[in-house]
Amino acid sequence: MSETANLAVRLTGTIGKHKVVSAPEELVTYEVEGLPPAVIVQPATAAEVVEVVKFAVAEKLAVLPLGSRSKCEIGMAPARYDIAVDMTGLHEIAHYDAGDLTLSIDAGMPLRELETFLRQHGQFLPLAVPCFESTTAGGAIASGIDSALRQQYGTARDFVIGAEFVDGLGQLCKTGGRVVKNVTGYDLQKLLIGSLGTLGVITRVNFRTFPLPAMYGGHVATFGKGTAALEYREMLEKAGMPLTNLEVISPEVVKMIRAILQQAQENVPPGLEAGSWCVYSAFEGTERVVKRVSGELEKFARGAGAQNCQVLETSADEVLGGMLREAFEWLRWAAPATLVLRLAVCAKLGEAIDELQRAAEKLAVRSALLLRSAGIIYFTLLSDNEMEMVAPAKEIYSTATILANSHGGHAAVLHAPIEAKRRITETRLERRDASLQQRVKKVFDPEGIFVPGRVAGGI
Amino acid sequence: MVHEMKSLLGPANVLDKTEDLMLYEFDGSVEKARPDLVVFPRTTEEVSRIVRLSGKYDVPVVGRGAGTGLSGGALARGGGVMLVFARMNKILEIDVEQRRAVVQPGAVNADITRAVESAGLFFAPDPSSAKACTIGGNVAENAGGPHTLAYGVTTNHVAALEMVLPDGEVVRVGSKHGDAVGYDLCGLFVGSEGTLALVTEITVKLARKAEAVQTLLAIFATIEEASQAVVEITARGITPAACEMLDGWTLRVVEDYIHAGFPRDSGAVLLIELEGLREAVEEQAVAIEDVCRKCNAREVRLAKDERERDLLWKGRKNAFGALGRIAPSNYVLDGVIPRSKLPQALQRIQDIGKKFGFHIGNIFHAGDGNLHPIVLYDPRDQGQFNRAIAASHDIIRACVELGGALTGEHGVGMEKNELMTLLFSDADFALMLRLHDAFNPDSSLNPGKIFPLSKGCGEIRIKKKKEVAGTKA
Repeated sequence: MSETANLAVRLTGTIGKHKVVSAPEELVTYEVEGLPPAVIVQPATAAEVVEVVKFAVAEKLAVLPLGSRSKCEIGMAPARYDIAVDMTGLHEIAHYDAGDLTLSIDAGMPLRELETFLRQHGQFLPLAVPCFESTTAGGAIASGIDSALRQQYGTARDFVIGAEFVDGLGQLCKTGGRVVKNVTGYDLQKLLIGSLGTLGVITRVNFRTFPLPAMYGGHVATFGKGTAALEYREMLEKAGMPLTNLEVISPEVVKMIRAILQQAQENVPPGLEAGSWCVYSAFEGTERVVKRVSGELEKFARGAGAQNCQVLETSADEVLGGMLREAFEWLRWAAPATLVLRLAVCAKLGEAIDELQRAAEKLAVRSALLLRSAGIIYFTLLSDNEMEMVAPAKEIYSTATILANSHGGHAAVLHAPIEAKRRITETRLERRDASLQQRVKKVFDPEGIFVPGRVAGGI
Repeated sequence: MVHEMKSLLGPANVLDKTEDLMLYEFDGSVEKARPDLVVFPRTTEEVSRIVRLSGKYDVPVVGRGAGTGLSGGALARGGGVMLVFARMNKILEIDVEQRRAVVQPGAVNADITRAVESAGLFFAPDPSSAKACTIGGNVAENAGGPHTLAYGVTTNHVAALEMVLPDGEVVRVGSKHGDAVGYDLCGLFVGSEGTLALVTEITVKLARKAEAVQTLLAIFATIEEASQAVVEITARGITPAACEMLDGWTLRVVEDYIHAGFPRDSGAVLLIELEGLREAVEEQAVAIEDVCRKCNAREVRLAKDERERDLLWKGRKNAFGALGRIAPSNYVLDGVIPRSKLPQALQRIQDIGKKFGFHIGNIFHAGDGNLHPIVLYDPRDQGQFNRAIAASHDIIRACVELGGALTGEHGVGMEKNELMTLLFSDADFALMLRLHDAFNPDSSLNPGKIFPLSKGCGEIRIKKKKEVAGTKA
């Protein structure tokens, strides 16, 4: 890699003075895992992104594209980080066909702004991701973070229909299109989702949009034991209840939610009782549908032996639904040192959860569990001290990885203190598809300019 | 090579006689290409050894399921070995609780649903050829079907793959869960049309049957009114599970053959299926009837029972067979347009038909803008065939001009590879070719597909035809 001295000056010639920032107080706000970039660029067009990437290729510099920077700690610590490409200057709606329910937007467009726009047309994008107030479309896609509407609408891979991006040679490329059904060419947009900025700079994303439902509903059932809560959850799954969200909240997480709401002087939604396991269901539709689902949930909850169950008032549902959408955000700040692991499990969830909790107990570290829809577990370790977290984090990461792999899934780190993450990176648990992953990386980024090391496994 | 192949697989699993090979020179498309050898592996290990052996002799390999594909994806364009998955057709595992099934590539699409329907589950992608087509072919082409409107195409229902790479290495991508960490390789390989790897095992996701189903037949005097109804249904945010259109000419042909109950005197019908909670289905049915009436539907019929529903769907799914009765051959096109442009697209198709002297029928997935214009022609008349191809190119060009794409579910194959330049730039091709070459560097798997032959290294996409030692090609 080349010298980073005078980078700002040299970049100024590439995209103009007012779009290059190198003041130390600014650089520090673009830090990723304690590493600041040497320079920040703020392009306003895809053509300018192309110029920056070409410059980086010529100068052998490491590039990291960023949106609102709310989730850039997802992924491993970058091995090198020279140029931060701030994508928030690209924030236009490029194309919207309300009648076709398709949309094409610049990557830097904030999701909140998009929500306001689509609402005027009676539509929405089911990308209910954390840090929603600030997050950009590109950031939400590149981070691969969970949407709270996954139960019904799936993940981004189910509604991203195309994209434009600048590859590692500085070429502006596209994939997919603006139609809801399309199998023309390789499906590259799937690779960009969750790629953490390591395959290219996403400049534009095409989505299919969805009609806003007439009504929303929310329901909480409270249980004394985790096993009963899980049984109830399974009953709902088996019955094929049309839910948009379904989450099992452990007593530790209930406590966190209560504390956050109390501190903000907000009412704690009923049913979120201290010491209990809570199951939250969200649903939507016409009045008749919402009424029917509410009634069914009450019946199921009583049948499963819930201590308490209730349909939430709209305001309470908005509070709890909003809190759960933001789970990643508050879980990572729930203690001075936290480790947030995300496991995808395709097996009996009870066994996996027991095993995780036993492992945490053995390490004598506090833990908190949130079971999200589609068998996604957020397992959090909490400590008062970053250094005390290092050894248990490494240990629990290994346990979680082995556990998830043997249960048809995988585990990943969403958040960890810097030192703990470094040690986790060292575990280098071999992925069985590591060589294929490397091949894909090399195709998109032959010169290796997009932050090396971000994807677990040294990619 | 033939000798070695026979000792590897047993003589019963290798075909090399011209009369046998001729059976494999067609698929569902209008294209034709004869392989030099046809082999039937029984295991992944055999697939790997076939690939290695072919590599040793520098002969390309083309995977094939049932050969029902419509874009020439399963044709041996440059000759070589055709690897047919007919004997790898088992359903290996069904996990009702987790709603997953592990199947071999030669398993027939409809058999998966048959195996799990008693548990209230089904495999969602439902191409019209579901009774014959294989899951391996569905994965290669990222196949769709009428119900993709609500459920998505094949890629939305595949969790993991086992594959053999061109060098014979056996690899696995994805997970039983289906969620990706790192790069979503499963998402890349589904729909790669057999140009990156041969899929030898698939973990599919199973969907749960809805509580209520309602099928409606909306009858219109003109195709314009029917397409306006589709535009309105979409714009109002009503999402049926399926929304199919048959134009009057096509439905008369179908009705004469199937007797599905389609009105012979109408200009077009919409076959709409609603699924979900009973309440939701009832309300949607009312809303759809309302839209259709506002768009001058002369009648909106509700299928009274399962028998009536099955009959309507039988009419839709066997339509292409019905067309076979009135012309020596038909060319089913596949293009996509934004749904808001449906009336314009159908007008353009009619105009193009007139220009080339064809009556072009339309029977298609209107709800997701996936057009299937049908050109009836006589393949023995070279001039007519050439005009059919020219008309098809004009139609696809019109789709792109309206903001659409080349294919919604049939794949690019060797049907539309030269049209790819309508959508993709040199930079797009450069990246896709690098990806192709990272997995299939010698174009030894399914050469001559997806990419225009003129793009960059066309000469290596299809190598000069090699003589497969021992064959009388």
